[in-house]
Amino acid sequence: MLTLQYIPLNELETLNSENKVRKLLSLVKEDKILLIEGRLTPAEEAHLIESTMEQITKSFRGIEICTVYPQKKREVQFFDKLRKEVLNILGYRQGITIIGPASIIKDIKRDPTKIELLTKNNKMRRNVTKK
Amino acid sequence: MLKKIGSSIKRFLSSLFKSKKHVRLGLYGPPNSGKTTLANRICKDWLGEEMGVASRIPHETREIQFKETVTIKSNGKELSFKLIDTPGIATKIDYEDFLRFNLSQKEAKERAKEATKGVIEAIKWLDNMDAVVVVLDSTRNPYSQVNITIIGNLAARDIPVLIAANKVDLRKANIKKVESAFPQYKVMGISAERGDNIEQFYKTLFKVVR
Repeated sequence: MLTLQYIPLNELETLNSENKVRKLLSLVKEDKILLIEGRLTPAEEAHLIESTMEQITKSFRGIEICTVYPQKKREVQFFDKLRKEVLNILGYRQGITIIGPASIIKDIKRDPTKIELLTKNNKMRRNVTKK
Repeated sequence: MLKKIGSSIKRFLSSLFKSKKHVRLGLYGPPNSGKTTLANRICKDWLGEEMGVASRIPHETREIQFKETVTIKSNGKELSFKLIDTPGIATKIDYEDFLRFNLSQKEAKERAKEATKGVIEAIKWLDNMDAVVVVLDSTRNPYSQVNITIIGNLAARDIPVLIAANKVDLRKANIKKVESAFPQYKVMGISAERGDNIEQFYKTLFKVVR
């Protein structure tokens, strides 16, 4: 059985980076695929990869991770841009992130506003589209 | 935020007191994108010797490798830097993947163990770079999270970036897709193995490494 767990923003934003990464990895190691509201900062993503590498064993072989977020297709007004930057600094609230164990997820394809998640047994194939 | 400000101050101060020959140029990217092949190309062109061993088996480079001083010349100008080749960054390492390349169980497990350390080391070295060439395999989908994470971390540290869309000699190469994935960066299509477009790559390096 495959477990998808949704994690709303308010469940992570009170945690510091260290605890955020620890929580996400512990859930992934329970063989859950996480659908997270928002995205991690680049530093948190790098820390997640580092922590993943530290914990790799014969049974845990790493993670697959993918984020989709709105692309800026047009020039925005100064204050709109400033507002978005402030929101970004406050916690990368836009978009969604998928993280799952590499033992279950074969590949996640992002292209660029659609996520295609391929599982190892090929019995499940899911598309998550973000507009 | 504080880390970013600290990093900018550090960069500003080091730019005041450091001569160009101490510029540290890193090669970053996912495994098998051709980082070591490009490092070897640069070293062969300007030092007459190779830097490391490139292989079709992923995670061939599992430790940071560097050449202390490489000096390249273009249009009468000289640019000296310390060239740093890093292990490929990945989010998963499965020793069974190495068995397909005829490695023994023991060799595969050892390689996987070393590869995890290499990824950690590569990430830690991000803070030591003055400029980075992100080497991507132009035959693969550029929208992978590893690519986005590498470039996002370089942007957060204000480190100048040049993207080398490698393997343009292959039929599946798609430079346009790399360009559209990272429109804010200069993308150079090259073949590190054959040397295609390498002169243009060196010229662009002068603009990126300031």
